[in-house]
Amino acid sequence: MNGKTEITEKYLDLYKENINKISGISSPYFNSFRESAFEKFSELGIPAKKNEAYKYTNLNTFFDHDYENYFMPVPADFIKAEPFRCEVTDLDAYGIVLLNGFYPTLNEKLRQLPNGIWIGSLNEAAIQFADKFEKHFGKYAKSETDGLVHLNTAMASGGLFIYVPEGVAMNRPVQVVNLIQSDEDTFTQHRNLIIAEKNSNFSIIICDHTLSPQKFLTNAVTEVFVGENAHFDIIRVQNEHNNACKITNTFIHQEKNSVTSSNNITLHGGLIRNNTYHYLGGEGAESYSYGLFLADKWQHIDNFVNVDHAFPHCTSNQLFKGVLDDMSTGAFNGRILVRPDAQGTFAYQKNNNILLTDDAKMDSKPQLEIYADDVKCSHGATIGQLDDDALFYLQSRGINKREARLMLMFGFAHEVIQNIKIEVLRERMDSLVMQRLKGELSRCASCMVKCG
Amino acid sequence: MEKDQDKILNDVTTGEYKYGFYSDIEMDRIPKGLSEEVVRLISGKKNEPEWLLDFRLKSYRHWLTMKMPTWPNLKIPPINYQEIIFYAAPKERKNLKSVDDIDPELKKTFDKLGIPLEEQKHLSGVAVDAVIDSVSIKTTFKETLAEMGIIFCSFSDAVKEYPDLVKRYMGSVVPYTDNFFATLNSAVFSDGSFCYIPKGVRCPMELSTYFRINSANTGQFERTLLIADEESYVSYLEGCTAPSRDENQLHAAIVEIVAEKNAEVKYSTVQNWYPGDREGKGGVFNFVTKRGMCKGENSKISWTQIETGSAITWKYPSCILRGDNSTGEFYSVAVTNNYQQADTGTKMTHIGKNTKSTIVSKGITAGHGQNSYRGLVKVLKNATNARNYSQCDSLLLGDKCGAHTFPYLEVDNQTAIVEHEATTSKIGEDQIFYCNQRGISTEDAIGLIVNGYAREVINKLPMEFAVEAQKLLQISLEGSVG
Repeated sequence: MNGKTEITEKYLDLYKENINKISGISSPYFNSFRESAFEKFSELGIPAKKNEAYKYTNLNTFFDHDYENYFMPVPADFIKAEPFRCEVTDLDAYGIVLLNGFYPTLNEKLRQLPNGIWIGSLNEAAIQFADKFEKHFGKYAKSETDGLVHLNTAMASGGLFIYVPEGVAMNRPVQVVNLIQSDEDTFTQHRNLIIAEKNSNFSIIICDHTLSPQKFLTNAVTEVFVGENAHFDIIRVQNEHNNACKITNTFIHQEKNSVTSSNNITLHGGLIRNNTYHYLGGEGAESYSYGLFLADKWQHIDNFVNVDHAFPHCTSNQLFKGVLDDMSTGAFNGRILVRPDAQGTFAYQKNNNILLTDDAKMDSKPQLEIYADDVKCSHGATIGQLDDDALFYLQSRGINKREARLMLMFGFAHEVIQNIKIEVLRERMDSLVMQRLKGELSRCASCMVKCG
Repeated sequence: MEKDQDKILNDVTTGEYKYGFYSDIEMDRIPKGLSEEVVRLISGKKNEPEWLLDFRLKSYRHWLTMKMPTWPNLKIPPINYQEIIFYAAPKERKNLKSVDDIDPELKKTFDKLGIPLEEQKHLSGVAVDAVIDSVSIKTTFKETLAEMGIIFCSFSDAVKEYPDLVKRYMGSVVPYTDNFFATLNSAVFSDGSFCYIPKGVRCPMELSTYFRINSANTGQFERTLLIADEESYVSYLEGCTAPSRDENQLHAAIVEIVAEKNAEVKYSTVQNWYPGDREGKGGVFNFVTKRGMCKGENSKISWTQIETGSAITWKYPSCILRGDNSTGEFYSVAVTNNYQQADTGTKMTHIGKNTKSTIVSKGITAGHGQNSYRGLVKVLKNATNARNYSQCDSLLLGDKCGAHTFPYLEVDNQTAIVEHEATTSKIGEDQIFYCNQRGISTEDAIGLIVNGYAREVINKLPMEFAVEAQKLLQISLEGSVG
């Protein structure tokens, strides 16, 4: 689509330089994907503006940059990450700390939680759980237009693996704190695989933090398999500094009667692009996709959602909201595809955005593509400002303008946050959003980077 | 009931195209193919001045550097431009002063189509410019309109008689570099209508252009230029038909509208080109560039379209809202049946302050039809208080068809309010059941529901056209729509 640009050449060099090292630490099955993936990447290139899905997001500033370090972890790296503790202290969760997306391989490479749940390094799982790994790995992350997915497959050297066995209901969520830290400008790619078998119930919270002010580029791919009747929730809280670029590609494959929800809360970040792909691959599956971002300064935040209704009687719902301040820009790109046999589909999509300044810009592109007739599908998108009438109403009751504006914005954001099922986290998000809207420091206190 | 309904929906495909006849008129055709020679030949045939030939050649040369875009959600078979005849016209007879001078065969054609070429038919109250294949045949009520200073004539006449106006406005809204088909049109356009409403004049009757493709293998490339000067008002109608043929015919037209200060233009289209047969063979490719410029303050342009014909419809009647307080409207009903495809919508570009736009699009899809709405609402940085409301609904009548919505909202101003909503569904069984219960047959019920669904748009049409449009909707979905 973009031809072989100079940037693509650069990554070809990077690939040649590192491929032996990368292949050395991952399983042969993983390695068998690399060559064809790189070919596909060479064909597609880094998505440019000509790529319809990246029309509103320019990645060049981050992909042009020469990173000093292409990150592949060595055990010594993890020692630095050890002391980190999440400040949501009352959150009752199994905590895991990742460094630049990688599972610390200091002690045990795979850890067993109660009920036979396994969490750990992807490369280790590829050996210990070869059958499961080979059954699911590389099956869901597919894209005909996005070269970055293929770049990840070609070059990711590891990541996180989670396995939830059949019938296991986990009442405590797993909290993954992903620390991004390096002394040099770093490009990192990691690959996650989550398998939630039949009748299981599992929630995961992923929090991103940058700990050092260097320039970071992260290109992550997460594959999720959700078995029959299983429930799966993924919540992302993104908190990165202005010099960091994060691209997440999440592919959720759902079987019959499964229910999933995905929640992307972006509080801070230089350039963030969340690609979420929901594939409803069985009758009666339900998927909920939520997103909220608060952007200011020169930040750019882009949510891309693709919901693929491949089977009858599935339901999907998307709700994405954005508040844009200063010179920030935002984009939303949501697509509902209803395939010819997917009769009885219910699909909804909503995107609301508020522009706070004249320099902020929002582009929204909600799409419906429907090839079946017995469906109920709708979408709505708005871009505007706070409701004058509501503002007047509050002011007329003695609330000052600033307070009234805050209340309205908070209410606007809360509509997304209220979908978080974990109460402690929901409250925490509410307070973070409130602080953020007030212009107070809203990053977790442990963040050591002071953004300008 | 389920079976009954299926049967009725099946009957959808039995609706026949009733304008598919061919008139045997003596024609003047040029050899098929496209080259600089052909462009010169067309220009020569029309005795065009030097500047217009230059414009054509400039366009042609630019066209050679372009490629047909591939982004629409359409399956378009390759078009061989060397197989198309770019100019065909009924053999001219001198002095077309009265109706009697018109070729009787031609007159019969228009009678058959129900187009009043005779001015005696005052009842209809519509001034018509009839364009067959490449040239304008007859413009009625020319004199009556001239009394008020309104110019309504064929494009060729305008080039001869009002070159200054044409020079000033042609290409000002749709530049020759605009897009693949607009550039092609700029190179080879044959004729079309020209209309100028002077300052402060409210046009007393509906102006209308009727297009007909008659010859085989020809493409139709007409150009309409409509200028509404300050404080004027005009309502303009456009209709079109073509004979049934097995091969695809290309129709690539340009419509340009300029609305000056306080002017209002209402442009209505009932598009009924030959849609191809039940297997999707033949039919017209309708690739049209339509754009209006709200140039002055408080100006208003309103597009209304009923799209029932054409094998492939690919057009986006747009408004550039440049003047402060200007308004753009777009109302559309697009029907695709059998193997018809449509990718249509609008572009609203808000440039001036306090500009408003409204988009109402209703898609109806049956058989193997594919119907896409694609629209852009763009609010530029200085367009304070811009307001847009878009509503796009799709109705599906069959399980093999598709309905798609691709809106683009680009907002660069914090005071703007842009809203978009869309729904897609089939006719509710409960609605049909309700009608059945009250003694209305399933067929009539579907008709009732579809008509109600499209009413919001049809109501925007001038009265005579509204009746016509309603009938057309019935024919297009015959069997399912009573």
